[in-house]
Amino acid sequence: MKNMRKILCAVLAVVMCTACAAMFTGCGAKASPDKLSIGGIGPITGDAAIYGAAVKNGAQIAVDEINALGGLQIELNFQDDVNDAEKGVNAYNNLMDWGMQILMGTVTTTPSVSVSSEANEDRVFMLTPSASSTDVIGGFPDASGNVSIARKDNVFQLCFTDPNQGIGAAEYIADRKLGEKIAIIYNSSDVYSTGIYDMFMVTAEELNLDVVSVTSFTNETATDFNVQLNEAKNAGADLVFLPIYYTPATLMLKQADAMGYEPSFLGVDGMDGILTVEGFDTSLAEGLMFMTPFASAEHPEFTNKYVESYGVEPNQFAADAYDCIYAIYEACKIAGIDGSTPAAEACEKLIAVFTDPEFSVDGLTGAGMQWTADGLVSKIPQAVVIKDGKYIGM
Amino acid sequence: MKKWKALSPQTRSDFITYGIVIAAFIVLRLLSAFGMLSNSLTGLLVPLCAYIIMAVSLNLTVGVLGELSLGHAGFMSVGAFSGVIACAGMESFIPNPIIRLLIAVVIGGVLAGITGFLIGIPVLRLRGDYLAIVTLAFGEIIKNIINCLYIGIDGAGLHISLVSSAELGLNSGRVVINGPVGAVGVQKISTFTFSFVLVMITLIVVLNIMRSRTGRAIMAVRDNRIAAESVGISITKYKMIAFITSAVLAGAAGVLFAMNYTSLSSSKFDFNQSILILVFVVLGGLGNIRGSIIATVILYLLPEILRPIQDYRMLIYSIVLIIVMLTTNSEKAKLYIGKIKARLTKKNAKGGEQGE
Repeated sequence: MKNMRKILCAVLAVVMCTACAAMFTGCGAKASPDKLSIGGIGPITGDAAIYGAAVKNGAQIAVDEINALGGLQIELNFQDDVNDAEKGVNAYNNLMDWGMQILMGTVTTTPSVSVSSEANEDRVFMLTPSASSTDVIGGFPDASGNVSIARKDNVFQLCFTDPNQGIGAAEYIADRKLGEKIAIIYNSSDVYSTGIYDMFMVTAEELNLDVVSVTSFTNETATDFNVQLNEAKNAGADLVFLPIYYTPATLMLKQADAMGYEPSFLGVDGMDGILTVEGFDTSLAEGLMFMTPFASAEHPEFTNKYVESYGVEPNQFAADAYDCIYAIYEACKIAGIDGSTPAAEACEKLIAVFTDPEFSVDGLTGAGMQWTADGLVSKIPQAVVIKDGKYIGM
Repeated sequence: MKKWKALSPQTRSDFITYGIVIAAFIVLRLLSAFGMLSNSLTGLLVPLCAYIIMAVSLNLTVGVLGELSLGHAGFMSVGAFSGVIACAGMESFIPNPIIRLLIAVVIGGVLAGITGFLIGIPVLRLRGDYLAIVTLAFGEIIKNIINCLYIGIDGAGLHISLVSSAELGLNSGRVVINGPVGAVGVQKISTFTFSFVLVMITLIVVLNIMRSRTGRAIMAVRDNRIAAESVGISITKYKMIAFITSAVLAGAAGVLFAMNYTSLSSSKFDFNQSILILVFVVLGGLGNIRGSIIATVILYLLPEILRPIQDYRMLIYSIVLIIVMLTTNSEKAKLYIGKIKARLTKKNAKGGEQGE
């Protein structure tokens, strides 16, 4: 017993000492100079882990494919941020010590706002697969026209921004005449949800959509939606717009089914992945529509590869990350960036390539993706519908 | 040396605590001057100082006063958001960031102190674990209030709304706090030196309270309420002193923390955050200020140090927590540590005093 303790102490002490030394001097694992060093940040533990894991896996598939081609080799270092700004900045600093040249991240909005400011200060090129708030890229007026954060010129998004999703959803409803009377249930304690909701309302008014009921919930009250659903039902809504993530949506669909309320449901890209929720009766999601740039059934090659490696169906986040890596790869080839280019130099070159109107990328989430100097991506919004337990493009 | 020996053991222990903190500061400053400090560690210094202040101040409530508080992050939140508003408001007429930060820290501390006072009035008069229940609720209330708070600044001054950012009616202004989004575009003005000074102030305040007549009264309330009351100590008054001091310091730490990041959301200061700080305090030792500092440093840095083995780092972190908990509580381990201590202090044994 005594010996055990001694050994344990010794082992712990050695681990701590080496780790400490590595931390102080920053000479832990280093990026190799003959490979392009791409850093990734996202939640791989905690509540939002499913998104971070999807991004990590999707990016890894792209990296493996590119490395198999020969030519420019890529090394990906993905760090956890637990969907928290503080941990996100820590992860970013850790990647800087590693020798990151380009940042593919961060996955979620909250840490992304802080990390993008750091990246802007340090001049590290940043392309986020899925952080959709306009505060990430900055310089974008909100629904009432105020700019709270200046444009960060080296930060670009591969996903649609929250306001654009709101506009897209409203236009989609109007174009396709999905419903006469619309109810909205959104999460008022969530940045993503309120961002989409605000812009949806502005556009809905412009398009003369008939919004009959608006109700909200918070993260703390996301366990019972009978009140909200009843109000929508009583108002006679035949379409319920849900700008929320899928976890509360599964419960909502279940409760709507239990009370015999059967409107059409329209979600946004946060709804992607609903079919993979454990213990969820997927027949309830039948007919659910949502706006997403990626339908797994349309890209069998990537989907098969993903299922083979990770055992689950890829969602939009995985596809976004896959496209991010390819976009960076294409841009690096054009700009002549390799593993020995300093981050700041790579940053300026990549900004020039990304804002070049000639530069476009064909990916899983859209063909001919292009970027403007304000950091936004332009691609065609798409929607999918769930039919027979599969995501089908609309 | 003679003078050092003439000091009471408590004072000596306090000076050792100050000495450790000052030495750590000097070493880190030297390392950073020679460029030997990694980005990771440089980035961790300010939040680490903020957490040290949080742990030391919570120790005043939990360890010295003996009342359980589960909403310490709530005070941090009050300080953080009022600091952000204050800084944004002063940006136009106080160009010096350090002065702005100093004023913000004072404002954040005072506001957190006022909330602590309001909570304390009813709750600290009760016996039992009511403070734990109320502070738990307080943390949630603060989080939800800030979730629906919209504050903007333009040429005309401060605009406040509880509905939406459009209701603010800003005239080409800037939204400082935007409901669930929280604060974005915060200017990063916290510095390590400023944080160090704040840590020192916290230590001086807390240690001096503990060693003073007030501190002895507070500890008497903790140890035996009836005996304390019978010798004429006003229970509520001393409870209030300890609780409000703790709240003020937490508010100041909140400002320091907020000013180190460009964005800040209210969900950061949730129940988990309060528990995290409570873990620092409990594992460092209730009533042991130096222990709180050491526990904070180790437990805050550990997950970051373990990043290279990322799949296992949270596992190792929790194992370390359990090991610390077991060893600090088991009689065998205490005996073992006591033996080592005795061996180390053998040479000074003639002095008659033992360390702590």
